[in-house]
Amino acid sequence: MNDAVVVGAGVAGLAAAIHLARAGMRVRVLAKGVGATHLAGATVDVLGYAPALVGSPTEALPGFVARHPDHPYAHLGPDAVVEAVRWFRELVADLGYAGDPDRNLLLPTALGVPRPTALAPATMAGGDLAAAGPLLVVGIRALKDLHPRLLAENLRLAGFEARAVEVDLEGLPADLQSVALARRLEDAEVRKAFLRSLEGEAREGERVLVPAVLGLEAWSAVWEELQDALGAPVVEVPTLPPSVAGVRLARTLRAALREAGGRLWMGAEAFGAEASGDRVEAILTRTGGRVVRHEARWFVLATGGVAAGGVAADARGAFRETVLGLPLRWVPADGPAFLPRYLDEHPASRVGVAVDGEMRPLGPDGAPALDNVVAAGAVIGGAEPWREKSGEGISVATAHRAARTVLGEAGG
Amino acid sequence: MAGGPAGLEALIRGSLDRCVKCTICETACPVAAVTPLFPGPKYVGPQLERFRTGHGSPDASLDLCSGCGICTHVCPHGVKVAEINALARAAMKRERGVPLRDRIIARPSVYGRLATPVAPVANALLSAGWVRALLQRTLGVHRSAPLPRFAGRTFQGWARRHRPAPADRAVVYFHGCSTNYFEPALGERTVEVLEHNGLRVLVPAQGCCGLPLQSNGLLDDARRYVRRLARALAPYARRGYPIVATSTSCGLQLKREAIEILGLEDDPDLRVVSERLYDVCEFLLLLHERGELRTDFRPLERTIPYHAPCQQRGHGVGRPAMELLALVPGLRAVELDVECCGIAGTYGLKAEKYEVAMAVGDRLFREVRGSDAAVCDSETCRWQIAHGSGVAALHPIEVLHRAYGLGPT
Repeated sequence: MNDAVVVGAGVAGLAAAIHLARAGMRVRVLAKGVGATHLAGATVDVLGYAPALVGSPTEALPGFVARHPDHPYAHLGPDAVVEAVRWFRELVADLGYAGDPDRNLLLPTALGVPRPTALAPATMAGGDLAAAGPLLVVGIRALKDLHPRLLAENLRLAGFEARAVEVDLEGLPADLQSVALARRLEDAEVRKAFLRSLEGEAREGERVLVPAVLGLEAWSAVWEELQDALGAPVVEVPTLPPSVAGVRLARTLRAALREAGGRLWMGAEAFGAEASGDRVEAILTRTGGRVVRHEARWFVLATGGVAAGGVAADARGAFRETVLGLPLRWVPADGPAFLPRYLDEHPASRVGVAVDGEMRPLGPDGAPALDNVVAAGAVIGGAEPWREKSGEGISVATAHRAARTVLGEAGG
Repeated sequence: MAGGPAGLEALIRGSLDRCVKCTICETACPVAAVTPLFPGPKYVGPQLERFRTGHGSPDASLDLCSGCGICTHVCPHGVKVAEINALARAAMKRERGVPLRDRIIARPSVYGRLATPVAPVANALLSAGWVRALLQRTLGVHRSAPLPRFAGRTFQGWARRHRPAPADRAVVYFHGCSTNYFEPALGERTVEVLEHNGLRVLVPAQGCCGLPLQSNGLLDDARRYVRRLARALAPYARRGYPIVATSTSCGLQLKREAIEILGLEDDPDLRVVSERLYDVCEFLLLLHERGELRTDFRPLERTIPYHAPCQQRGHGVGRPAMELLALVPGLRAVELDVECCGIAGTYGLKAEKYEVAMAVGDRLFREVRGSDAAVCDSETCRWQIAHGSGVAALHPIEVLHRAYGLGPT
């Protein structure tokens, strides 16, 4: 029998699973697909706006949780959030993550907006706009998902010195998405053409921003070769999806899980569970017309929120937790609503399960609903990750705590 | 679509409403990774589907889709990308015509039956350079593509003569065409491994599952084949016998693909067979989880690369072969982190697709080279791996058979 079955293979599910597998547990991860990490910019946002721009998450968190007693961070406590983020930085050390919750980096987005984040992969962290100096934005014409002039102009509007060039690479099709381009750049010939096209472009003292396409696997070599050839620091900027940096992060996490002895079942969508009393006995998936039961001592629910399918919403404003049918909180009473602005605070934006300090989902009476279930990541409600810039911080910190609950070391 | 698709087909096509154009499928597609001629599963699937209004496909690049199914497998939104593309490809072929070649290579049970009595001659001819050159010119089967060799005997023949030891429980073995005509030894070892675990193995007469026809766009023929096969197996399924398959792709066809792609959800025989169908490694691992698998394995001191073929992944049952191989003392199975070997059933045999298939498999071939053997659950993938890398490729059962000490592999 499994010690733990984790449902979901995003950052939260994989981080929890790796933690458990490394502790010697027999872990099975169920996932319907590869997880949305392939779309993410691969930074670890902990707290970027509260609501003003946050310089230091470590310093801002105590006040933030005091003002938001329902937020997942409030259940974890500020220190535990910081500790978990540092733990995650070690977990993905292969990608050279830099930064710390003590101080947010300000990294340029594809639109040229300075974005606060706590950790970033080695190839991105050098883009911190807190450091002075001019920037050169390099675009590759075949890639439609990053426009260098737009990026540079918005940076100038924000008060930074920035200019743009766009290069053509011989032998590329007219239109390439980022992952395809990243694969091409692992080819020495294509790389040579790229370097030729940039010869003499970088001026003294400039940092060079490029779309995050510098190789899918051999990124380290591609990145260093480019810096050597240009004689300037080179910084990757995440593109529109698919995200090369996100694919690298997902692969690193999956490899770490494999290395730790955990097993990933992809194409196994959890659709329900068998419970007896206060315990879940098995989570259910299908193979063809047959139901597969996944028994375990513990279950980690890391299925994501509305966007990922962990919470289903219908057009009449009804919400449902999709695997265990757990009660949901922060459900708006008035049904569906449209708001004039895309990033406004939406009445439904906090919908999710409520948890206690051990990440146990709560029942309607406020007590843990099930004895052997913990939750991690965006299925937990009470937060607005895209406005707070807290998504990965919540995933990592709730996963860390959930895994510790399973390992029986959470106490406190 | 004209006439309005019913039932499952409507559900499959309807699943494209869930596509948020995240392009995750494009990042995983093994064909798009190696050729700019294939614009990727999202483009030829959910995007082009809006323009397929009953008047055919506006773009023939869909034909380069190998049908490996990885796009559906990785989609986090539940879009049936591969199934949408399979239906659209069939519609396109119906409109533009199916080459004679595809009609032939999609019928292993027919050419298997014809060639078995004259296997030495057939094998000699199919390995002669001039014959292959001729086949490429006339039919379009690539001269270097890995064709299997006819065994000259059938597994069914062996099974009829085989006298099993008495056992309390029984399973049905769905061996598929390749075991019957090309690799009867794999079938024999499968029976011996199952018998070693106290199971009686029933081998009913059985035909082709229709998968090669289906992937070549011959859906009506595929339906006839799979319905006939389901009719042969259903009485056993109704009596509660598990049905185990060594061909992971043909097993998946019975389990899920025939129902979804061929729209046979109303076939009661297929339904009951689908519910009782297990990939052989999936079945053995379930035995192990119940404490019923014998683990009297001899040590095999070696490291062996394992490739989970695309169709195995389509089962959604994890990697049972890896877990079984881990039970053998001394054996270190290493799962390769590669998407696909390229062959995709009959795809890599075709002259115009051979180079693409070889490019898809290139990374797998490189990772396998230097090992004395590789392990893979699908026959056409094994032939492609052996062809591309020069390394012998085994079914996991063959490794277990040796580890049980049941005979040399």
